[in-house]
Amino acid sequence: MTLDAVSANNRATTPAYMDPTKSFQGLLLTLQHFWADKGCAILQPYDMEVGAGTFHPATTLRALGPRPWKAAYVQSCRRPTDGRYGENPNRLQHYYQFQVILKPSPENLQELYLESLRAIGIDTALHDVRFVEDDWESPTLGAWGLGWECWCDGMEVSQFTYFQQVAGFECKPVSGELTYGLERLAMYVQGVDNVYDLNFNGREGEDKITYGDVFLQAEQEFSRHNFEYADTEMLFRHFKDHEDECKRLLAFSEKAKDEAGDGLHKVVLPAYDQVNKASHVFNLLDARGVISVTERQSYILRVRELAKACGTAFLETQWGGKEPVSK
Amino acid sequence: MPDLLLELFSEEIPARMQRRAADDLKSLVTNALVEAGLTYEGAKAYATPRRLALHVAGLPSASKATREERKGPRVGAPEKALAGFLRGTGLSCIDEAQIQSDPKKGEFYVAVIEKPGRDSQDIIADIMPGIIRSFPWPKSQRWGTGSLKWVRPLHSILCRFGPETEEPEVIEFEVDGIKSGATTYGHRFMAPDQFEVRRLEDYMAKLEAHKVVLDADRRKDIILHDAKNSAMALGLELVEDEGLLEEVAGLNEWPSVLIGSYDEAFLQLPDEVIKLTIKENQKNFVLKDPSTGRLSNKFALTTNIEASDGGSVIIRGNEKVVVARLSDAKFFWESDLKTRLEDSLPKLDSIVFHEKLGTVGMRVHRLVSLASEIAPLVQADVTKTARAAKLAKADLVSATVYEFTELQGLIGRYLAQEQGEDNDVALAIENHYKPAGAHGDIPAAPISIAVALADKLDVLAGFWAIDEKPTGSKDPFALRRAALGVIRLILENDLRLPLRDLLVQALRRNLAHMASHRGEEAVASLPFLGKGDFAGNAVQEFFNFVRNSADKVLDSVAEKVGETSFEHAVIDDLMAFFAERLKVVMKEKGIRHDLIDAVFALGGQNDLALLVKRAEALGALLENENGINLLAGYKRAANILRAEEKKDGAVFDGTPLKELLSENAEVVLFEAIERANAELAPLLAQEDYAGAMNALSALRGPVDLFFVEIHVNAEDSGVRENRLKLLSQIRDAVHQVADFSKISG
Repeated sequence: MTLDAVSANNRATTPAYMDPTKSFQGLLLTLQHFWADKGCAILQPYDMEVGAGTFHPATTLRALGPRPWKAAYVQSCRRPTDGRYGENPNRLQHYYQFQVILKPSPENLQELYLESLRAIGIDTALHDVRFVEDDWESPTLGAWGLGWECWCDGMEVSQFTYFQQVAGFECKPVSGELTYGLERLAMYVQGVDNVYDLNFNGREGEDKITYGDVFLQAEQEFSRHNFEYADTEMLFRHFKDHEDECKRLLAFSEKAKDEAGDGLHKVVLPAYDQVNKASHVFNLLDARGVISVTERQSYILRVRELAKACGTAFLETQWGGKEPVSK
Repeated sequence: MPDLLLELFSEEIPARMQRRAADDLKSLVTNALVEAGLTYEGAKAYATPRRLALHVAGLPSASKATREERKGPRVGAPEKALAGFLRGTGLSCIDEAQIQSDPKKGEFYVAVIEKPGRDSQDIIADIMPGIIRSFPWPKSQRWGTGSLKWVRPLHSILCRFGPETEEPEVIEFEVDGIKSGATTYGHRFMAPDQFEVRRLEDYMAKLEAHKVVLDADRRKDIILHDAKNSAMALGLELVEDEGLLEEVAGLNEWPSVLIGSYDEAFLQLPDEVIKLTIKENQKNFVLKDPSTGRLSNKFALTTNIEASDGGSVIIRGNEKVVVARLSDAKFFWESDLKTRLEDSLPKLDSIVFHEKLGTVGMRVHRLVSLASEIAPLVQADVTKTARAAKLAKADLVSATVYEFTELQGLIGRYLAQEQGEDNDVALAIENHYKPAGAHGDIPAAPISIAVALADKLDVLAGFWAIDEKPTGSKDPFALRRAALGVIRLILENDLRLPLRDLLVQALRRNLAHMASHRGEEAVASLPFLGKGDFAGNAVQEFFNFVRNSADKVLDSVAEKVGETSFEHAVIDDLMAFFAERLKVVMKEKGIRHDLIDAVFALGGQNDLALLVKRAEALGALLENENGINLLAGYKRAANILRAEEKKDGAVFDGTPLKELLSENAEVVLFEAIERANAELAPLLAQEDYAGAMNALSALRGPVDLFFVEIHVNAEDSGVRENRLKLLSQIRDAVHQVADFSKISG
């Protein structure tokens, strides 16, 4: 059976309301299913505000060190400056990414990706899928990689990256990262022009729940919050608090490592949480327009320093590959 | 003769890197072959999104054996000399060397270095891994667990070698686990199978059958031809774009063209905005209506597959994205239209132009006053010029320019026109960035010229003041281009401007702004002031000047410019920079750089147009015999003078006394110089440099005669001094036109 036939067959056996071309959650669940079949651990979203799926420790930290790793998860992303009070058909301050990380990147990663597109109803005999140069760089994570933005009929639907550096460290082995823009993909396969019109649950009539039913009010309220109401004085204070706490935890971790005498850092993941918090607070301050151009750079540098310190410490943990794990 | 066929098959190579990579592959491989002693008849490289390929024709099957005899030290030479000889020749002991003898030198060692011929196959297998490992990609990456770096993961290598008549061999080598072989793959979606390849014709034909067009130029032809035909069928015309064509040819292995369309309502947007939206984001071409010259609501997109439905799904998808992007652009444009340019001006005060040079708002303030000063000099209306300068940068805070930076100026012009500004003012807003480089359009409308000049002079003077000058290949603020722009604006519009005075004005405005916004310490700590004599006094002198005339500096039309010594130093340096740029421009017109130097060396040059006229006339003079001989005479006179002045520690610059002229040749020269001087003065005043050169060339005969007949160093010291004064008269006369000592030859 060809791959297309397999996915067609899969679709035939799933109920219509789970069809990835008719249901937002169907799309999401299909991708989860697909990557579960490829051996990924299917994780749940990280339980704090992040700007992109990459910030999930399952990507940022696990990309470091020698240990193999395979995971896939949906991550809700917060981009306060992208809020449009629910009035723009495709810009959101909160949206979903589907994130896949495979370490080391397999030989057939491009084929796997294309297979996943077919699984969600994009027939590559009908659609023009292209890999267009797009190098990825995250100044706040001290990370970069090479890859593409993946186009489907001229629309960017995914990011495809081979990580070269994270937290200032060379990635060895190299992780392959796929990031699907779920709303955009869903709009495309559902043939919908406004994100709020997406069919969320795949039901029709009275039972239908749209993306707008789920998120419109939240977009309006959070846009107000991000641009107008967030308490900037408090946020400046919080930024400093998270920064200090991150440093304090790392210092403690360093000390615990020496005391235990095993050379292993003990409190890296909690410190990394503080990086995400500081990063989100910075994004909020940016949206409130209270950070000048010159200050902006220095805030980014401060977050990067924290991320780098966490990356350095992570390499001296068990997960980071400091000592072998017995299975 | 055998041929080599090589293909490196990878994941998608960025379009912008493909052509260069093909060239690099060709030169790296052919150079390495030649280095190893293999000649070849021809080579051609190819690139597609997924492969780099190289064909080298007419290689020998092996390199020739070589034998070289190298002479060494004599027998019995010191140990050190022998050791050096062994090292240099690769012999392990001196017994391996032959001994030859020579009647003069006696017995000496000779090393015979023999290199056997090698099979070409072995040579190729040897050189390839190194070339692949060190390939000069602008950016490269690792992948998986490997250590090899390539532009994107490399999957397979095809390498075959052999004559046309036989089954070619696979040249075997391995790079980071990838073994070379005899196969490749077809189009990613339409024919992904693996297949075997023998030689170039076979390779190209099979690729074609597997939906891959190997040659980028052919892919370009296909796209261009298809797009033009599709446009013509609709009664439209393709808006050609070579850069875009090159890029899309690098995004497709099997290109074809489809036509999409969008709502005509979007045609309210400026054409440039539509074109950029569709080009930058979607990499599609726009089509125009030949009857109106305006864009149509159709666009041409390239696709990499022949879709099973004829492309209707692809068209619909692309249309959707184009419409979404145009909707964004329309939203930006409409919100820009609602804001008067004038009302955007306060926002410029919060945009930092350069940390040391202040905000864009401050720059606008300077532009208004500087452009107003230039206006009368170029016959531009002062009020309108000031208006144009005031609005010139306002579009930088528009949403449309935020999205499309390259439309700065143009958007300002459109908004100005929409908002009822004077048409010349609107035009100047667009044109004040011009010329874009050595060949860009030159504004010719007076108001445009005035603002364009002010824009560039302000930047040059400002960056000179803070000592951020271009060095080597680094010119982050495009100051060379700015100076070139000034030169072209002046020369191509035949303008007569006091360039130096205007630069002083521009500098003064920059420094005054700096002092008022960042404090006088900021000015006092400028790097320029730390150099040489520019401590204490010069700074004080400058600030006194600024304090006493701050209003004048910023807002009045200059009287005669008096330079402070600090300004003098900065502007001298900046004028020298202009001289260098001018030489580059003039070189293209065939004017020697030493002639520019000769004119600049006269000092006090303020007017580029005159300077060039002088240099041109000088060039013409030096093309005829009179000029060449005059130059020789001048140099002889100058050399004698220099030597004698040094000997005596005196300067011979007075007028010679007529009564001391005893010889005929002296009298002739004296009279010739008097005549020439009398003629030169009015000619120079009239800027008739050809005439002046002609008057000067009349000196040639008398000067020649003088040197033939006259012995300068006469016994009588009075006569000698008089003759030296006569020589200095030659020098002085010539220097009215140019400093001949700077002329070579």
